[in-house]
Amino acid sequence: MHELPVTQGMLSIALEHAERAGSSRITAINLTIGEMSGIVDDSIQFYFDFVSKDTPAQGALLNFERVPARFHCKACDEDFSLDNGQWACPHCGEWSVEIIAGREFYVDSIEVE
Amino acid sequence: MKIRVVEDILSANDLLAEENAAVLADRSVLAVNVMASPGAGKTSLIVQTIDTIRDQIRIGVIEGDIASRVDADTIEALGIPVVQINTGGTCHLDANMVQGALNQLPLGDLDLLFIENVGNLICPTDFALGEALKVMVASVPEGDDKPYKYPGMFAAVDAIVINKIDLLPYVQFDLEGFRRLVVGLNTDVQVFEVSCKTGEGVEAWADWVAQKTERFTVSREQSS
Repeated sequence: MHELPVTQGMLSIALEHAERAGSSRITAINLTIGEMSGIVDDSIQFYFDFVSKDTPAQGALLNFERVPARFHCKACDEDFSLDNGQWACPHCGEWSVEIIAGREFYVDSIEVE
Repeated sequence: MKIRVVEDILSANDLLAEENAAVLADRSVLAVNVMASPGAGKTSLIVQTIDTIRDQIRIGVIEGDIASRVDADTIEALGIPVVQINTGGTCHLDANMVQGALNQLPLGDLDLLFIENVGNLICPTDFALGEALKVMVASVPEGDDKPYKYPGMFAAVDAIVINKIDLLPYVQFDLEGFRRLVVGLNTDVQVFEVSCKTGEGVEAWADWVAQKTERFTVSREQSS
């Protein structure tokens, strides 16, 4: 439910970087969003179409790069995903982890004219 | 033309959170962000904690809710300084809302500030408020599978308070299995088992908070 403030934050970052580069039109915003960030792509696009109206980003395409959750096993030092639905390290069977990917939430780049 | 950005979408919030943290540190106030699902017992835990340690520690509270000031009234009735934030539909507190509330609290007269977040296990973890500690309340009737569903929350907190343990005989909740999942995600987390209804276990939790507060105050005094 916080897609609106998130979309506004994203837009202001994009506008600031475009202005700094002296460009007047943003054609695309590339976002990197981890699986665990709880953000829904469709909602962001929906809000974006509203908040970007009459800005240099109006009509820009949003590209989402989704990053799946990855864990590092502290017992055997291997990295793994939870593809099998089993909450245990597939290499050693232990469950003692660090989340190493899946919480990303940033504007990676923008495309401007 | 492509421009590389790599900027966190919530960086504006993070900056405000750092400002809040600086204000709180300057006044030697330890802020605790209390998160949980709706109905897990956040307010009950805060009330029980106030009852247990208010003689030794000066406590204030920020209450975050979508609407109403029911929780703030509960705290106010105890004679504790409280500010209610109504988010008007937003699913979490953010640093800006907390900044406004900090301005309304007598920070110079406080040692410990509970910030009760909006009931939600997802969004509050993304928004730093300037707190020194993050605490989650997980209640027995919610089930023992919550770490599977909300790993981000369980991994982010300094302590987990399992509430409503008086209901363990009546509901399906594997306490040992739950602990194993939680500690696997968060090695250093402190886990407390309490019943805010009977008061069981509250003292161990309250002692932990009191110790953290005292250490925070001392370290601030030494550095200033």
